[in-house]
Amino acid sequence: MKYVDEYRDPAKADTLIKEITRLANPLCAQRGRPVYVMEVCGGHTHSIFRYGIENMLPPSVELIHGPGCPVCVLPIGRVDDCVAIAEHENAIMTTFGDAMRVPGSKCSLLQAKSLGADVRMVYSPLDALKIARSNPDKEVVFFGLGFETTMPSTALTILKAEAEGIDNFSLFCNHITIIPTIKAVLDSEDFQVDGFLGPGHVSMVIGTRPYDFIADHYRRPVVISGFEPLDILQSLWMVLKQLDSGNPCIENQYSRVVPEDGNRAALQAINRVFELRPFFEWRGLGSIDHSGVQLNARYAAYDAEKKFALPSIAIADPKSCQCGEVLKGVIKPWQCKVYGKACTPQTPMGALMVSSEGACAAYYQYGIGPRTVVDSQPVGEHAL
Amino acid sequence: MTTLTDELPEKIRKRSGKLLVPHITLAHGGGGKAMRDLIDDVFIGAFGNPTLNTLEDQARVPLAELARLGDRLAMTTDSYVVDPIFFPGGDIGKLAICGTVNDLAVGGATPLYLTCAVIIEEGMPVETLRRIVDSMAETAQAAGVNIITGDTKVVGHGCCDKIFINTTGIGVIRQGHQLGANRARPGDRILVNGYLGDHGAAILNARGDMHLVSPIESDCAALHGLISVLLAAAPGTRFIRDATRGGMASVLNEIAEASACGIEIIEAATPIRREVKGFCEILGLDPLYLANEGKLVAVVPEAEAATALSALRAHPLGQEAADIGAVLANGRAGRVHMQTVFGGRRIVDMLVGEQLPRIC
Ligand code: SF4
Repeated sequence: MKYVDEYRDPAKADTLIKEITRLANPLCAQRGRPVYVMEVCGGHTHSIFRYGIENMLPPSVELIHGPGCPVCVLPIGRVDDCVAIAEHENAIMTTFGDAMRVPGSKCSLLQAKSLGADVRMVYSPLDALKIARSNPDKEVVFFGLGFETTMPSTALTILKAEAEGIDNFSLFCNHITIIPTIKAVLDSEDFQVDGFLGPGHVSMVIGTRPYDFIADHYRRPVVISGFEPLDILQSLWMVLKQLDSGNPCIENQYSRVVPEDGNRAALQAINRVFELRPFFEWRGLGSIDHSGVQLNARYAAYDAEKKFALPSIAIADPKSCQCGEVLKGVIKPWQCKVYGKACTPQTPMGALMVSSEGACAAYYQYGIGPRTVVDSQPVGEHAL
Repeated sequence: MTTLTDELPEKIRKRSGKLLVPHITLAHGGGGKAMRDLIDDVFIGAFGNPTLNTLEDQARVPLAELARLGDRLAMTTDSYVVDPIFFPGGDIGKLAICGTVNDLAVGGATPLYLTCAVIIEEGMPVETLRRIVDSMAETAQAAGVNIITGDTKVVGHGCCDKIFINTTGIGVIRQGHQLGANRARPGDRILVNGYLGDHGAAILNARGDMHLVSPIESDCAALHGLISVLLAAAPGTRFIRDATRGGMASVLNEIAEASACGIEIIEAATPIRREVKGFCEILGLDPLYLANEGKLVAVVPEAEAATALSALRAHPLGQEAADIGAVLANGRAGRVHMQTVFGGRRIVDMLVGEQLPRIC
């Protein structure tokens, strides 16, 4: 923990906040609105709330909580498919903790479990493979989701299943890739984000080069950031410095973990078993081309979508749900019509209310309502 | 410790001898000889005391004796269904005694008597049951309480998870003690008796397969001794609660809500072990919401806080006690805030559902 305490020093934070304020104030005056910096990754959102970082920032800079929580962006139809598999008499459905609470159109996996489906929480896909090994008469399905962060461990599990000849194991693949998502945010008409805090864990796998187009083409700064509170403040300061200099580029604040070229072994495993889907549906964002992956033909035997007949029905989010606008930073969670009323963590309507990394759940849990300083300054022109 | 009356007939039945089979079967819940053997050998053998030994359908407690000890009877019940049943630092039996003793003690009561009802899944090894019951007996003895009546049921395979235990406790509250969540007042200090989250982390760790370098032990302990020390040092204590499921965060929210006051705690002052912090980092959990089985939160008037703290620290179960914050005069009613180590401020809300590990 000594290692960690180093990144939580309030005195250093204070210095950074002063620097951030010094840089952000003139940028804000130029724009006539706060500088908007999007943290793409749910892990960052979590740290920001957990350490109360938002409230430490000057009103001239504002964080936008992007679409980086893989649980939050899962569409209802996919959850329904997952529940359908879990309800199969012979199936054992396995997945990570917070994926169990995402609401489908009828129920979540957690609710399906309470009604008798065999749903088990695992900490890694290898645990799921272990369950398959000890239940040879059952079909064990791993509900795999997440960005490039969790993709390698799923890929390695598939390779292990193949090597060991375990054939009662399959993957319901909902892995998604980060780059097309950022691109979708950048191309959005409502777009106003000035710069990005790049995802640390994802970049550990893919490296920093895939972000180059953001600086080259869209002229926005990206700073790959660690998850400790000082990491986040320092990255924010780096983004502002770039904005100040008018010279956007890709910087790596998290170089103690993120290699420029990523992790070759992890990428190899991913490339071996996965291929891009032509398009993949995101909750709140609609369909994004080449944003999801599936098992390729060679590993089709491990594809739960081929092993089970699935309803695969696209179900629209409830009308009053404004998750998409929140994900794109167009409105703040508290500006959604149902926030805190019909939609609470106990009764989530949208996925952003489900995971602790979801912006709405985080806002709800860590403090309802706008920051007093920007009370009269809604984020987007399309805000309520 | 109070002994029970000897007016009751000493009707100890003839022992039927040892349980000879290695596993519990449905017959052990059937009311016949097998059940008698189980009760005599395992339960009476471990818990034995004059009241229980009579094997009457009810325990009889002389009122005069209770009245001598205080002016109110305290009663509580709780069921224990923990998985796994053995974990670092304890087991379901120890938990079933400590939990109920603590539920009495936090109300200011002296715990006196317990009942014990067990539901056993058929197939449980007799040795396992013995270990649990012996652990209960040992914990009860150390806590100075007698188990005076009980019940045993055996259910078919799959109808319960190994063993469920219910304990009901009776205690007596001494005159003068008035504790209540609604009694917190602005300026009061919030004290805890040590590291938070150990039990929750130990259970999750034992359940999952996290292979931690330094294993975390449950803090499972009976707190009545510590509580009487606290009440003696700070007679004005407003409220005590053991921070079990839902962790410290839930207790603080209850206090804030019941007293319609705001509460602010200081993260830097809140004792949490490094191992537990690290464990929570990995899984994306918040230690403030992790369960404890030997930790209490006390609201103490400011004037008595320093004395209370040193009294707690002088007790073996309170060595790491800390003053972690205060009830606010100007806080938003019902809200709990935390000053983060980082200098920020955030709300600590009630937990929604169970804490589930994050995906990444
Ligand atoms: S409040 Fe609920 S419906 Fe509205 S954006 Fe948040 S999660 Fe979606």
